[in-house]
Amino acid sequence: MNLRAPGWLVAVVGAVYLFLHAPILVLMVFSFNNSKFSVDWRGFTLQWYHRLLERPDILRGLKISLIVGVAATVISAVFGTLVALALARHRFRGRRLFEGFLYVPVVTPEIVVGISLLILFALLKFPLGVTTITIAHVAFCISFVVIVVLARLEGMDRHLEEAAMILGADEITTFWRVTIPQLWPGILAGALLAFTMSFDDFVITSFVSGPGSSTLPIVVYGMVRRNVEPSINAISTIILLVTAILIYVADRLLRER
Amino acid sequence: MSGRERALAWLYSRPGAQAWALLAPGGFWLVLFFLVPILIMLVYSFMPRGIYGGVDPGFTLEHYARFFDPLYLDVLQRTFLWSVGCTIICLVLGYPVAYAIVRGGRWRNLLLFLVVLPFWTSFLVRTFAMIFLMRDTGLINNWLLKLGLIDETLTILYTPFAVMVGLVYGFLPFMILPIYASLEKLDPSLLEAAEVLGARPRARFRRVTLPLSMPGVVAGCLLVFIPALGSFLTSDLLGGAKQMMIGNLVQNQFSSARNWPFGSAASFIVMALVLAAVMIYLRVKDQTGGGSSK
Repeated sequence: MNLRAPGWLVAVVGAVYLFLHAPILVLMVFSFNNSKFSVDWRGFTLQWYHRLLERPDILRGLKISLIVGVAATVISAVFGTLVALALARHRFRGRRLFEGFLYVPVVTPEIVVGISLLILFALLKFPLGVTTITIAHVAFCISFVVIVVLARLEGMDRHLEEAAMILGADEITTFWRVTIPQLWPGILAGALLAFTMSFDDFVITSFVSGPGSSTLPIVVYGMVRRNVEPSINAISTIILLVTAILIYVADRLLRER
Repeated sequence: MSGRERALAWLYSRPGAQAWALLAPGGFWLVLFFLVPILIMLVYSFMPRGIYGGVDPGFTLEHYARFFDPLYLDVLQRTFLWSVGCTIICLVLGYPVAYAIVRGGRWRNLLLFLVVLPFWTSFLVRTFAMIFLMRDTGLINNWLLKLGLIDETLTILYTPFAVMVGLVYGFLPFMILPIYASLEKLDPSLLEAAEVLGARPRARFRRVTLPLSMPGVVAGCLLVFIPALGSFLTSDLLGGAKQMMIGNLVQNQFSSARNWPFGSAASFIVMALVLAAVMIYLRVKDQTGGGSSK
């Protein structure tokens, strides 16, 4: 195809990319602005980043987000991979139904997931805190892990496993030495996406977090509601850079063949 | 042989047991912490309201009946219209972008990554970026004033316009990615055939590219429409109290209003709309031969 793109198409596409990225870039630039109230450029400063270190709520929120994020990622990566293996390798009754059911959490609005879990925990008289947040995050991350790992499994060459068996490896050895290494990029990508979703989640977390268990997004939301100050730009910049790196790595892993 | 290995060996000797053992932890989690809570929520929506939050025993339809109150009909209507509007705007803006990425040549991967990135970036942070630009003392007002285009600050934040811009900004990547996926699978030889047969570029697009990308278009519309229906943060932070969507109504019932069954009913209405949208999607997908694009 050697068609040249028409001018209007280039203009529309350029405008959309600007719309998608300029607000974030502006936000980041102004995290270095030496003025508390003004949106005029008053010189470069790192004071808003220093200020973050003085806020115990942000540091505590970061700590809780990391604890929840790691726990939710490990649990959903392991459970999700197991489910993907069952779906790819086994025929069993209700398989189609289960596969369909897996997609429901993906399309269910967060607010529905959040309040239904709140009702469940209230009914069980289960105190809201780090545990309930982790339970909720695993519930919405598992399906994504399954989808990513399943895609990898379907593109995988099964001959290598057969070769290993013919060469005398038993099933357990084959699984750990052949299947898992081949599957690894998919599992890792799924895990990174799960961590990103857990680390970013606000809506669901806001329903299932209790006093003293505010994650970073909950703290940031409180700051945004109160007033708009440059430390929010600073913490936003940090969150954006962390997710951008994770997503870049996951993206590379998913393209690996 | 350790205990773990013995257990694994036993599992490997029974294929059926093996499948269920693999499914059990994840499946159990999803049933217990996703399916069951939603069913409980559904039951709650038919129960009388308790005094301190929660519910009292009994059966009632009053919470659903309340949606015929003009106040709540208004919320439902606004939610629906804004979600439809957001979907249409995203489609109009997103299709050319998906098309451009496929034709992007050596820029393709970069262009694609620049759509994937906001797809995964914190929605809260992105919404804050909108506030930073749109508030009265924000960047847009500041620049417009400096350029002398306006004399006094323009109220952008807390208007329907702000919410719509926020929704489109938030959900646009959800439209672009599936359209890109279906355009990418399009066999170029079909276009060459059309060219050989004398079709002009416009006709080639309308008769070949567009129909074959329909599964992506439908999937994209669904992926924008559904989160827009359930959106909470955008209208909460950019819309203020007057631009309430159903997500805000639900949140209200579980925080300040303390009417859990009414909140459950509102939430179930969202869920029902979502399931209806998915059903329509599946039907359209069958009709447009979406199966071939799998």
